[in-house]
Amino acid sequence: MSHSAVIPAAGESGKFEFLERGEHHVANGTLLGFWLYLMSDCLVFAALFATYGVLSQNFAGGPTGADLFDLPLVAINTSFLLFSSITYGFAMLQMQQNKLNGTIIWLAITGVFGAAFLGLELYEFYHLLHQGAGPQRSAFLSSFFTLVGTHGLHVSFGIIWLVTLLVQLKKHGLTTANRRRLFCLSMFWHFLDVVWIGVFTIVYLMGSMS
Amino acid sequence: MSILRTLHKISITAAALTLLGGCDTVVMSPSGDIAAQQASLIVWATVLMLIVVVPVIVLTLLFAWRYRSTNKDATYAPDWDHSTNLELVIWAAPLAIIIALGALTWVSTHQLDPYRPLDRISEGQPIPEGVEPLIVEVVAMDWKWLFFYPEQGIAVVNQLAAPVDRPIKFKITSTTMMNSFYIPALAGQIYAMGGMETQLHAVINEVGSYDGFSANYSGAGFNGMRFKFLGMSESNFEHWVTKVKSDGDDLSRSTYKELEKPSEYNPVQYYSSVAPALYDAILNRCVDPGSICMKDLMSHQHSAKNAAEKSNVQSETHHAH
Amino acid sequence: MSEQFELSKLIFGRLSWESIPLHDPIILGTFIMVLLGGGAIVGALTYYKVWSYLWREWITSIDHKRIGVMYMILGIVMLLRGFADAIMMRIHQAMAFGDATGYLPPHHYDQIFTAHGVIMIFFVAMPFVVGLMNYIVPLQIGARDVAFPFLNNLSFWMTAAGAALVMASLFIGEFAKSGWLAYPPLTGILQSPGVGVDYYIWSLQIAGVGTLLSGINFVVTIVKMRAPGMNMMKMPVFVWTALCTNILIVAAFPVLTAVMTLLSLDRYLGMNFFTNDLGGNAMMYVNLIWIWGHPEVYILILPIFGVFSEIVSTYSGKRLFGYSSMVYATLVITILSYLVWLHHFFTMGSGATVNSFFGITTMIISIPTGAKIFNWLFTMYRGRIKFDVPMLWTIGFMITFVIGGMTGVLLAVPPADFVLHNSLFLIAHFHNVIIGGVVFGTFAAITYWYPKVTGYKLDPFWGKASFWCWFIGFYLAFMPLYMLGFMGVTRRMSHFDDPSLQIWFQIALGGAVLIGLGIACFLIQLYVSYKKRDSLRDETGDPWDGRTLEWSTSSPPPKYNFAFTPKVYDNDAWWHMKANGFVRPTSDFLAIHMPKNTAAGIVVAGISTVFGFAMIWHMWLLAGLSFTSLIVTIIIHTFNYKRDYYIPVEEVARTEAQRTEVLA
Repeated sequence: MSHSAVIPAAGESGKFEFLERGEHHVANGTLLGFWLYLMSDCLVFAALFATYGVLSQNFAGGPTGADLFDLPLVAINTSFLLFSSITYGFAMLQMQQNKLNGTIIWLAITGVFGAAFLGLELYEFYHLLHQGAGPQRSAFLSSFFTLVGTHGLHVSFGIIWLVTLLVQLKKHGLTTANRRRLFCLSMFWHFLDVVWIGVFTIVYLMGSMS
Repeated sequence: MSILRTLHKISITAAALTLLGGCDTVVMSPSGDIAAQQASLIVWATVLMLIVVVPVIVLTLLFAWRYRSTNKDATYAPDWDHSTNLELVIWAAPLAIIIALGALTWVSTHQLDPYRPLDRISEGQPIPEGVEPLIVEVVAMDWKWLFFYPEQGIAVVNQLAAPVDRPIKFKITSTTMMNSFYIPALAGQIYAMGGMETQLHAVINEVGSYDGFSANYSGAGFNGMRFKFLGMSESNFEHWVTKVKSDGDDLSRSTYKELEKPSEYNPVQYYSSVAPALYDAILNRCVDPGSICMKDLMSHQHSAKNAAEKSNVQSETHHAH
Repeated sequence: MSEQFELSKLIFGRLSWESIPLHDPIILGTFIMVLLGGGAIVGALTYYKVWSYLWREWITSIDHKRIGVMYMILGIVMLLRGFADAIMMRIHQAMAFGDATGYLPPHHYDQIFTAHGVIMIFFVAMPFVVGLMNYIVPLQIGARDVAFPFLNNLSFWMTAAGAALVMASLFIGEFAKSGWLAYPPLTGILQSPGVGVDYYIWSLQIAGVGTLLSGINFVVTIVKMRAPGMNMMKMPVFVWTALCTNILIVAAFPVLTAVMTLLSLDRYLGMNFFTNDLGGNAMMYVNLIWIWGHPEVYILILPIFGVFSEIVSTYSGKRLFGYSSMVYATLVITILSYLVWLHHFFTMGSGATVNSFFGITTMIISIPTGAKIFNWLFTMYRGRIKFDVPMLWTIGFMITFVIGGMTGVLLAVPPADFVLHNSLFLIAHFHNVIIGGVVFGTFAAITYWYPKVTGYKLDPFWGKASFWCWFIGFYLAFMPLYMLGFMGVTRRMSHFDDPSLQIWFQIALGGAVLIGLGIACFLIQLYVSYKKRDSLRDETGDPWDGRTLEWSTSSPPPKYNFAFTPKVYDNDAWWHMKANGFVRPTSDFLAIHMPKNTAAGIVVAGISTVFGFAMIWHMWLLAGLSFTSLIVTIIIHTFNYKRDYYIPVEEVARTEAQRTEVLA
């Protein structure tokens, strides 16, 4: 009874149009799907941040963040990643103007910034290991390496993806599929940027202060 | 035929045991005041829930019967799918029960918090003036229980004794695995975890020998991590302490290191004297000579440099293993 | 010499002939049986030349219906394994009293209870639930497939890969001896140096990827692909519950991935997350795993609530009572399921305020759950209830689940939990809700939708036999466990001293045997129904006078599900169509755009299995190779831009004409 009121008055009974007679175009869900994936990835990072939060004072007699972190280095590294987000933005602008070469160039610059970021991070890790401050030393260092390393791993996969996409752009140009992929990678890249801001603030800045 | 008869016998036994047994189990009729309060909480919570559960089961069967498709006398209302009043009731009824149960939970959880010192020995019997709780330090080991009696200066493996009607304060830790310290007749369980201390306050009201064990699976020897908890009169407890003192060995740090090695189904073992601050060292994971205690590592007063020096010491001892 | 040794270590890692438990007669016997059985199946498939058919139509299929069926088959196969573990434990516990040690050595017994839990949750209940959603959700929302058909295929094969690793652990090495959630420090490298925990980690990691992808897939499917007119409040309740379940998957499984990663870092790289020393904190693992683990419980039960909603309404011939109340109840449960995880370890000593907070949030969940039960009850009220087998399961569920819910709320009262935690009472409780809920619901769903999948109904006699065996068997098997819990008997014990307990274990064994008969009846039912398929055939596609869109198409549905996408005006869309004179179209068909099959899913999952196996056995060379080839395969797959095709209009017309003929 209550529901009869909800049904749109489509005329007499038997006059409902029950079928979509033409071809039914389904909205493409890739961007939503990828966004959901990013949210799930965000939860992985949330778990790692929480772990870091719990363990960040458990130095077990080992070095603390204040002893280890080289803030100027990390600041340079951060700027690499932030710049790479900007250059990715330029790539997207080029894409929107249908400029394939411009897209490719800015994308390549983004990749170079990403690689520089990774290089510096690896240098930092190497330096820490050299000092005897490896991930086995204390729970604090375990959680530090895991959180920062997971982010670094994401950037590495981002770069692999970026290179693949460069090849695909060369091959097929700015097709619908490739535009969608550029959008997805762009979300991924900015997401990593946002995560890094969290890492920089919570791990490095707060760690150096304590 | 004989199978049928056996089945018949089993089902009769089962029915009888269920009826009689429910009230006669160690959880439902324990010998310690805390466990007794927990048992009566179970009864009250169950009664509260039965207020909803019984009608639901009865109505399910009733509706299933009444509205069976072959019963053409019953009303059939295929489009009836909403009634504001009825929906209010079906949300409100469980809500009301949960409000009552929630209040009961809040109060009882605070009342029966294992960390809370007791304020009575049993119903209507407050703790006599001047009676201090008996302190027992409990260590779950692979795979046995070690009990320290700091007042008495003794330690016992796989046996626990306490005088009746005297509050007991357990401080509980573990060497490696997570275990759960549980004496159903006395009080509910609490985890025993390495490097951490949990507490349990309880009292035993009747003389007797009760089962104690680990309630949390902890590996190969878990099954044998059982001990007897002996509720004794004050004088018998004194005797027991004297016996431990006369029969036992010395629990030095080196004896402890021996004891710490994994073993299963350990017999009862008495220790007449105990190395100073051994429990504290176990809790802070610094029994080994030269190792730094966790509480010292954790304290924030230490400067980073100080800590770094200590880390060298510790990594050296670590290498020594 | 030593170089050679190093090389063999690099290739074979820890694997050697000793890793294969030839000395254990039980395992050896099973192994031989599996070899013979597997050989027979492979031989038969080869003899009848069905491999290429299987490859084309099933293994590489991206059709959600095929994938759904494969999930269900995986679930049934793993149910047999999980049940074998269960009955072995029951026999052992019924024997091992006093001087008798039982027939299982402790190390084997400990693996069995771990494997039983892991298999039943991850590789039985999950495949069942995901399989049902796969088959039904797109049909109920009037879609032609899911949003990402290839990912769907990959998800299935990743789940199967996880299951394969668990099965491999039976014959190569060992499984974890840790309980199904593998708490450290017991699972740390110091206490469990063997491969068991690594099997656990990698099978869950690989299967977890599959589950997560399928969660994303279904959220997008439900959000984006509903038929025109089907707004959120016109979705069938099963779709609602599926949506909430998949949101839970997306929001919970990453935590499992993270915590498994941390445990493996501890084990592989010597880190200190959950160790006792150097600042590790094992209790963090317990918190994290239950932050995944509690939502997981609702991931399993919510879709089953949906199933029962569909069934009650259909067999009562009546609209579902309180549709919106049902939807809000589902949403409330979804949200609250994240606020209760601590009730799994009140005994950790978190303090009275924290404990009572989590106790009370847990109890609050019983309010929407109670509302659901009442909604089903009032759907039956003034209905015309037909007692087909699915309805029997439903009534069995309502009675059983209410009892399980009650004992669950009891366990949510912290001081009561202190005496019942880790006891057989707890075991009885969660079997009460998982068997009474998920298993009963799955069997109800299988019986209900079987004619849709195959075109013929399941034989009711064997269905009823299965139901009564399960129903009575459940009570016989688990009521004694409630009693034993009150007697202070702990879970995971392999031997008992007190002879007075034995009778209870013997009764429980009787129950387990009865449940075994229930499973047997179900398998016989499948066989008998296949034999009698002509008399059980349903030509209409709507054997139960159904209410939702899946009943509007043929049984089995064509590849494209619907020749024309339906337009929806009511939450009982098909019921409404039937009531308002819907006429099936017979002309003016169009070509239909469909995704293409691909082998990428099984290839990626296969390589993942190899990678997992290599990691478990520390075969670093193979691990490196397989990981690299995994990345390369995925990259190559992205170069495939031609992933779809059109079903020509002639084929659509031909298919529909056949159906017209059948219906006439």
